[in-house]
Amino acid sequence: MKLSTYNFLTSKAIKGVKVGYPLKLTIAKKDVVETEFNPTFIERLLPKLDWNTVYLAAQTVDLADDIPQEQPAAVADNEELLQRLHHLLLEIDVLEGQLECPETGRVFPITDGIPNMLLNEDEV
Amino acid sequence: MARMRMKKLEEFLSGVDGFEKPKILLEQYPTPPHIASCVLYNVQAQYFDLEDKLVGDLGCGCGMLSIGSFLLGAQLTIGFELDPDAIDIFRNNVTEMEIPAIDCVQTNVLELTGSKWENAFDTIVTNPPFGTKHNAGMDMKFVETGIHLATGAVYSLHKTSTRDYIHKKSKDWKVKGEVVAQLNYNIDNSYKFHKSKSVDIEVDFWRFDVTEKEL
Ligand SMILES: C[S@@+](CC[C@H](N)C(=O)[O-])C[C@H]1O[C@@H](n2cnc3c(N)ncnc32)[C@H](O)[C@@H]1O
Repeated sequence: MKLSTYNFLTSKAIKGVKVGYPLKLTIAKKDVVETEFNPTFIERLLPKLDWNTVYLAAQTVDLADDIPQEQPAAVADNEELLQRLHHLLLEIDVLEGQLECPETGRVFPITDGIPNMLLNEDEV
Repeated sequence: MARMRMKKLEEFLSGVDGFEKPKILLEQYPTPPHIASCVLYNVQAQYFDLEDKLVGDLGCGCGMLSIGSFLLGAQLTIGFELDPDAIDIFRNNVTEMEIPAIDCVQTNVLELTGSKWENAFDTIVTNPPFGTKHNAGMDMKFVETGIHLATGAVYSLHKTSTRDYIHKKSKDWKVKGEVVAQLNYNIDNSYKFHKSKSVDIEVDFWRFDVTEKEL
């Protein structure tokens, strides 16, 4: 699971959960996979992401020094930051770990890189 | 332009493993490599909707369309699938082919509307369950979800017999729907949903331009 994917995941589908976001990410095993750097893609992706959760993800993988806590107004000319974001969001691959609903504590396991967000019938 | 020739793409996609024990209720038949390469090639060559894009694949199964999208240059593809057995094969396919830019989320596609995934994607591709007695209209629910999730275009396969109905729905949703190609889809005889060994059904490949959607 890439950290860009993590940014979109919620537990809001659980009955009674109001926001269900951000999920608490715990990583047991991760990998780094190199992918082609495409600054325009990152620029277009950013407005779709929740910056607090980008920062949270950076903290979780000890890269908080690379990423500003406040969302910068313009990133287009900041190639270095775009490259760091590319690394954080597209190259770090969470292989084992879990996501936890902030309201109910329900745990969603990440196994072999794939988060299981499926809910039981009595949870929805 | 596409970064890979159609024949080459088909060759790669022929190496994608399919369902081991297809589940009839989930309508698990893979898109045949020939059809997958032909439709995806056109998505890129005619409409430029894959290269450098964020692509979502609804009901990704073993990953045929996700992997094809990657091969044609998608920056990141995220597949959604609920069946754990299909996901195991998806995982193996992606690992074996050493594909770095594909993710998969195990979830029910029907729960994605109204979530943070709304408007997340440039392009959605899907080969939805066509819908049977038990789940009539499933294909349209997948498309509707796709329209919620995409900002650019949604691509989907539907039985030709439903063409008029889909045109009508497109109007309701204020999306521009067009049939890009008509195909003969051979549901493999390993998938014994029909009594005859192997059947050809007529299928339309649709493109929905969702840039002015209203739903
Ligand atoms: C026709 S198959 C297509 C598989 C793959 N995309 C391909 O092109 O080879 C439909 C897929 O949708 C999955 N599916 C069916 N209902 C679903 C749902 N509600 N949520 C997520 N996946 C679903 C099935 O398990 C199956 O893998």
